[in-house]
Formats: sequence, structure tokens, C-alpha cells
Amino acid sequence: MSLELKNVEKKVGAKTHIYSTNLRFEKNTINILLGSTLSGKTTLMQIMAGLDKPTSGEIWFNEKNVTGVPVQKRNVSMVYQQFINYPNFTVFENIASPLKIVNISSNEIKNRVGKVAELLKLSDMFHKRPHELSGGQKQRTALARALVKDSGLILLDEPLANLDFKLREELREELPRLFENRDCIVVYATTEPMDALLIGGNTATLHEGKIIQYGKTVEVYNKPKNVISAKVFNDPPINTTKIVKKDKTFSIKNNSVSWSCQSNLEGLADGHYTIGIRPHSITPYKQTENSVQIKGKVLIAELSGSESIIHFQSGDIKWVSLSTGIHPLKVGAEAELHMDVNQFLYFDQNNKLINHV
Amino acid sequence: MSKISLNNLSHSYLAQQNNDLDWALRDIDLEWSDGGAYALLGPSGCGKTTLLNIISGLLKPTKGEIYFDDKKITHLSPIERNIAQIFQFPVIYDTMTVFDNLAFPLRNRGVNEDKIQSRVKEIAKMLDLSETLYNRASGLTADGKQKISLGRGLVRSDVNVIMFDEPLTVIDPHLKWILKSKLKELHQEINRTMIYVTHDQTEALTFADQVVVMHEGQLVQKGTPIELFEKPKHTFVGHFIGSPGMNLLPCELMNGKVNFSGAKIEIEKIPSSHKVYSKTQIGIRPEFVSFSNTGIAVKVLKVNNAGRHKIIDIECDGGKLKMISSITTTIPSSTAYVKFNSKYTYVYGDDWIIEE
Amino acid sequence: MRKTLNQKAWFFVLPVFVLVAFNAAIPLMTVINYSFQETFGDNIFFWEGTRWFKQILQSDRFHGALGRQFFFTFLILIIQVPLGIAIALSMPKEGVGVSVCLVLMSMPLLIPWNVVGAMWNIFALPEIGFLGHSLNALGIDYNYTQQPFAAWFTTILMDVWHWTSLVVLLSYAGLCAIPDAYYQAAKIDGASRWSIFRHIELPKMNKVLTIAILLRFMDSFMIYTEPFVLTGGGPGNATTFLSIDLVKMALGQFDLGPAAAMSLIYFFIVLLICWVFYNLMMRHEGQS
Repeated sequence: MSLELKNVEKKVGAKTHIYSTNLRFEKNTINILLGSTLSGKTTLMQIMAGLDKPTSGEIWFNEKNVTGVPVQKRNVSMVYQQFINYPNFTVFENIASPLKIVNISSNEIKNRVGKVAELLKLSDMFHKRPHELSGGQKQRTALARALVKDSGLILLDEPLANLDFKLREELREELPRLFENRDCIVVYATTEPMDALLIGGNTATLHEGKIIQYGKTVEVYNKPKNVISAKVFNDPPINTTKIVKKDKTFSIKNNSVSWSCQSNLEGLADGHYTIGIRPHSITPYKQTENSVQIKGKVLIAELSGSESIIHFQSGDIKWVSLSTGIHPLKVGAEAELHMDVNQFLYFDQNNKLINHV
Repeated sequence: MSKISLNNLSHSYLAQQNNDLDWALRDIDLEWSDGGAYALLGPSGCGKTTLLNIISGLLKPTKGEIYFDDKKITHLSPIERNIAQIFQFPVIYDTMTVFDNLAFPLRNRGVNEDKIQSRVKEIAKMLDLSETLYNRASGLTADGKQKISLGRGLVRSDVNVIMFDEPLTVIDPHLKWILKSKLKELHQEINRTMIYVTHDQTEALTFADQVVVMHEGQLVQKGTPIELFEKPKHTFVGHFIGSPGMNLLPCELMNGKVNFSGAKIEIEKIPSSHKVYSKTQIGIRPEFVSFSNTGIAVKVLKVNNAGRHKIIDIECDGGKLKMISSITTTIPSSTAYVKFNSKYTYVYGDDWIIEE
Repeated sequence: MRKTLNQKAWFFVLPVFVLVAFNAAIPLMTVINYSFQETFGDNIFFWEGTRWFKQILQSDRFHGALGRQFFFTFLILIIQVPLGIAIALSMPKEGVGVSVCLVLMSMPLLIPWNVVGAMWNIFALPEIGFLGHSLNALGIDYNYTQQPFAAWFTTILMDVWHWTSLVVLLSYAGLCAIPDAYYQAAKIDGASRWSIFRHIELPKMNKVLTIAILLRFMDSFMIYTEPFVLTGGGPGNATTFLSIDLVKMALGQFDLGPAAAMSLIYFFIVLLICWVFYNLMMRHEGQS
């Protein structure tokens, strides 16, 4: 079982919403579409579902061309950001609704609904109507309805976005468990990099209608193909700035901060490059031996109980640092922070990643 | 700017109240001093928006009083209280330009045009709106519109309190990050009392100097983000704050000793209370659990890479736990030992912390 | 989201197509046919070309009726739209009053139009009608069957009574859709009631008002039954609006050719004004 998009493009009038895309998803995988709002995630999902037709290109499901086949004929389930449930049906009827259309015996329906409801902890809510449920319960009902169909393709369009922070955490943890042993392909759209990291699977980073990178989530995170992929996949946003290489030393442009190259980068040509430093690689304390100091003026200090986010300015470059623990640096004061050189990402003049250690 | 005091505040949306559930707010007693950044944190339905609307004057409380600087203002209207409120979705006057939007509150109060010009330009600069100042307000993006809402509150120099009702709800995550830091920066710059209502702990804890945690209409704990994180007084606070929340597992409390998972747990302040509880739990945050050579025997179930650190699911005789380790820590493959940081390990009896 | 194409749906529309074709399309073709020809009966037709169109467009009678019609529609719009909005603003938004008000507002709209005309005909009679008698008792010389001004006054009063409710209901729906937060923010900003109306309520009611004005324009421009039953077009031709004049010509005088030409001209005027109006509204929306 596989889902493949071949040269899929979507234009609306003169505007291109999705640029020519090639993707292949395999059975039993969770595939995350990560990108900001308006990056094309929803459009792409609707094309995958059959709710929309591409301007050009083909969609193949299970090695069969399904381009143009309407969604009713495809084996697809979808869960939306707004908790979509039939307002007049009880929870039981809501979950059973896709099965009732296909003429399955009522015993079988009871059986399947029961199993899915247990998975989503809805077993004592069968008689309630959607307006009597909390936000989390409404979304669980929508999820149950999507799962009970046993579809080959399950699409989730930012399903946790409207939930409270804590509920989002809880449901996000349950998601991988819900989809195991289902023999299906799951596609999950989100704007939050944390969702991608904690759900795992594969991730495709999207930006302005283009798929920038697709691969195993951990790899896309650790080795972003280019600066855009790195920017999409980091929250708090990754620090980027121009650097200069001369002989065996890197230094930040217009700044005195410099460090020596790692062995595998010595061979690089001298010149200008871009560096990406994640906020958690910059801390008020030394994390490793291989670190370089940077001095700056503290602009904002955000201290949550477990972490400290320090915004500081060195020369005319603004940086963000994220460290564990409480570091009550005084706003307006000069501070010295340490950057872990091992975690630096280097990008060439075309903003492409240079293989690092 | 004023000191805000809430005395015995309770509110119900129903005409008659038969039980606790009929009350949206119960017995709220709070005192906030001048110029601080405060947050009301809690899940949906806990009463935080109700409380905010009572403070701003949009709602009259069923019981109790509110004081600004020892002056009773419970029955004053919002205008008379000199407050500003920013709502969940951007509220702007579509037909006006950004400039006119920001000038609106001043014009309504009869401020002269010259002063309006300088004040609006000053606030626009603070909020990075100077470039779009003469554009139609309806053409801006969601975060731009929220900045206009914020600007309308800041432009008045007589504002006592600025209140935020989940203001970042409709904002994209990347812009949310920028706007969140901007709010903190603004507070540092102008030092006016700001009250921020949210269900998002990151927003609350990074913004506020003092956070009030609410649950089912009641005030559960009030303290600095550090206090709430390091010493939650109620299991709800332990669970709600922290991502992931506090590990809470059943334990035994006997003769001043804590038994958990077949081992005696070291706690810095051993509770010596002799009260009998129907439920005792041990509470330890994932950040304070670490691998060691001896201690509680655990099995490593799953390792989650969260980018900045690792979240590890472990299991012991006493139950399932989560722990946080740095990216560089080597994780044992299956069986291991963990220890709890005794300074931050607590015992809870019937959901409240047991202290000597 | 685009809806998926379902060709079978066209079959559901077929019966309506047939009905519309029978009731509207074919008669329309007939009218166009007549407008270019002359007949003396017995289905014998002589080609006249554009003679009827020229005749109508140059006739004083047509100009008179058209002028009266525009003036009438103009008065209707400037009275009913502000009045409708004002009533909608004073209607309660919650509680038992809501249902009571909605029912009261709907009632005039439910009465058959010729009954409305008949009601006002009797109501305004100078001797036995309540309105007519009261006005005369107050010293005002009022007789709508003989005075053009009184006839206009009564016709307009009748239309306002009959149709303002439509504007009220549409405006009310528009007002109810405004989230409370806007009013709260305005309160906090210290806005006056007029400011709130001008900067929040009116802009947000934009779309429903467009519909209301369009509907009222079209209906009042084509008005026939009520004024016909009330005044018959009189006294003289004081209240002879376009449609009344048209029917007089077609059925009264049996001048089918000119009547057909006039009805087409009438049709195009309405179409033109609606098109202009629609484009103005769409452009205004496109700007915001």
C-alpha cells in the first residue's frame, strides 16, 4: 500500500498554490507536513483526499491511478482543526455514521465502534451529544469516526490546534498508539515543530507551496537541507547570520567572535557562508569544551519555571538563547554566553547545508 | 496604575445556585501590586475569562468586591475604571486607517489633535506599525490587527490595567513567538500593570512575574513561575505546569518515611504530619529525575527526541514515569536505575502538598 | 474547498428547467416577438421594426410614468432603509422579547398584497376609514381619491407599513452576527452610541444592507398590486406607476405592440440599475 504524488501542481488563476511535487508515502507510516499557515499543507491534503483536483500531475494509491476519482469513491478519512461532528447525533451515532452508509450489520457496527471508543476513552460518552462534550472529547469523537472506517489513508489537518495546551500534549502522545497495527498511511499537517518531533515518523517541510525536504523526522531536524528547512523546523526560531571563513578560522561578520574549523570543514573554500545556531546551543553556561564565547546586551529575559529564554544583542545582530534552569540575567546588562560549536549548522552561498560533524 | 484587590469574589451565570458546579468563580481573594505582569492560567472553563471580565467591568460579580487602590469600583463601568482589554480575536474598526484606530480612544476623550499625533506615532513605533500607519486597518494580517488592538490600549496614558484575553489564539506559531516576546519587552519598557489570561503555560510563565493557577472556578496556587514550577502546592498545578507535567504516583507515607516502588525515597523536608489521607502520592518533575547507578529499578520504554532535550518514558514497580535528559546523555538500553532530586520531591495527601 | 462534480445532479434541475421554460422563457420570447410587430387581432401580424420602441421612448406618457416611478422608489428607499435599521437597533437581542418582536415584524409580510391594498383603501377613506376620518377631524383636508398629494402620501404610507419589516429582519440578522467583543472594545475605548453605530454596526451590516436595498429597489420599482387596488392609478394618473401604465396599455387598450416594447424597456432599465448597483457594491467590497 502506498500513496504517491507524481508532479502534482495546483494553480488557482495566475497564482500557484502548490509547485510541482513528488512524494511517496509507504504503508504503516505517519507522515507529517510541517509548515506555516498558507504554506500549502491543507491544499496538498485536499488533493490527496480527492476533495480537490490538481491542475496537473497524478495521484496514485496502491499502484492505481486515482487522479480525478471523487473522495466518496476513495477509502479516505479526514479529521479537521475545528471539531467536526454531526450535531444531532449522539457520540455513538457519530462514530457509527461511516459504517451505516456501507450497510454493515448492527452487531458488527457495535463491535467496531466499541473497540475504537475504548482506544479513545469515549466508552462512557455514547449517549451524549457533541454540544455536551468538552473540546478534547469532541476531537476524540471526530478521531474515532475517522478510525472506525479502517481507511487506507487517514488525513489529519492540524487536529490539535484548537485544543488547550495540556490536552494537546495528551492527545499528541496517544496518536502514535492509535495508528499502530492499522495498515494505513497517516498524513498529519501541523505548524508546530514540536508535534513533528514528538510524533516521529517522517516529516516533509513546506514553504510557500513547495516541499523543501522529506525524510525521517530526526534526519530532517538534524540535517536540514537548506536554511528554509531549518527555519521551518525550529521553534523557537533558529538563529542565522553571515560568517566568513579565512584559512582555518570562521568568524561572524562584523563581530569579533571566531572559532577554528572542524577537521572536515578545513577543505572548504574561503569566503562567505551562513550559519544556523539553534537557541538551545547558546547558553549562559558552558555546555561542552568546544564552545565559543559571545558577549552581548540582554534585551528580554523570559523565565518560565524550567527554562530561560534570553534575547540579547551583540553588535547589530539579535540572538535568542534557550537554556534549562533559571538564569535571571538582568535586562540591559552585558552578559557572556557560550555557543556549542559542535551543534552549528553551516550553509553555503546557495543556502544549502554543508555536511558537518 | 493601581493596586488591585479582589475580595471574596464569586460569580454565577445562573439565577439560582444549587451546588458548587453552578458557580463559575468561587471565593477569589487576590491582591496585585502596581506595575506588575500577572497571568491567570488554567484550562478552558476554569473561570479565567469570567474573572478578567469582572476586573475590566464588562461583568458585574454576583458576590464580592473589587478595589483599585483601596477605592471600591465593583459597580463602575469599564470607562470609569480606565482599563484596556485585548480580546482573543483582533477587534478593529474596519473602516478606519491604522492611525485613526489608534487615535480613536483619545479622540473620544477629547484630547487635542497635536497630542494625538505625537502619542499615536510613539505607540506605533513601539509596536512596529509605523510603516502601515496610514493603511486601512482591515488590510493587515492577524498579528498586525492584534497589535492595533494592543496599541489602542497603550495609547491612553491614564490606563490603570491592560488585560489580555488569550490574545495569541489566532496568531501563527512563528509570529506568536515574536509577539509574545514583544509583549514582554513592552512591559519592561512601560511598566504598567498587565493581566494575561491563557491556557498556554509557555505564554503565562514567560510573560508574568506572578501567575495565578485556576481550576474549576477556584484559585489553586499563586506564585512566581519558579515557585509554581519548583514547588507546586496542588497536584493540579504539578500536572498543569511543565511540559510534560509532574509525575504523580501512589506512594505510602508511614512514620515520616516515604515508600515508593519498594524503595525508601529521600525527601529533603520529610512530612511529619500524622493526619490520615485517603490518597497519598509522590510528586517529582521529569526534569528532576536522572539516571544513576543505584536507586529505583526502571525499564526504559521509549525515547522521544524533542530537539532541545530528550523525553524518556520509563516504568518501575510503582508505575510509569517520564524523565527529561539532555541530548548528549547516553540512555541505557533497557534496564537502569534512576534517582529523584530530593530537594524537589514532594508528597501529596488528597491532592494537597504535605508539609511539616 | 471545491465541491466534487456530480453530473447526476443536473437531472434534479431538469423539472425546474421545464417549468421555468414554460412559465418564463416562452412568454418572454412571445413578448419580444410582439414588440417588433403590430396586430389587430386574429393572430395576424405585421412587421413594424423598431417603431414601437421609438414611440414609447419619445412619448410623454412614458416619461411621466417613469419619472413617477423613480420618484416613488427614491422615497421608499430613503424612508424604509433608515427606518428599518433604526427599528432593528431597538429590538432586543435576547429574552422573550425577541420572539415577540420577530413575530410582530413578520406579520405585515405575510398578508397577500391585494388584501394590503384593499385594507388601506378602506382604512384611508375620508368618511368611514379610521385614518381618513381622523385626519379630517384634525382639520386636515384629506381625500386620497381626489387629491394627488394625499394619494401619494397614502400609497407611500402603505408601502412603508408593508415592507419596512423586510429591512428590519435583514438588518436584525446582520446585527446579531456581530460578536460581543466589538461592543466591549468600543465601551472600553469610550465610544459614543453614534460612533459605535457608524464604525462597528454599519460596516458589519454592509452585506445584509446590500441585499435589503437591492430587494426593496426591485420590488418597489415593479410595484403593481397594492397601488392598483388602493388608487387604481389615480386620481387621474397621479399614482400611475410604470407597471400600472403598462397593464393599461396592454390589456385596457390592447396595444400589444407598444406594451410589449414598453415592458422590454422596463425590463432593461431594472436590469441596468441592478447591474450598476451590484458592481458598485462588489467594488466597494473588493476594496475592503
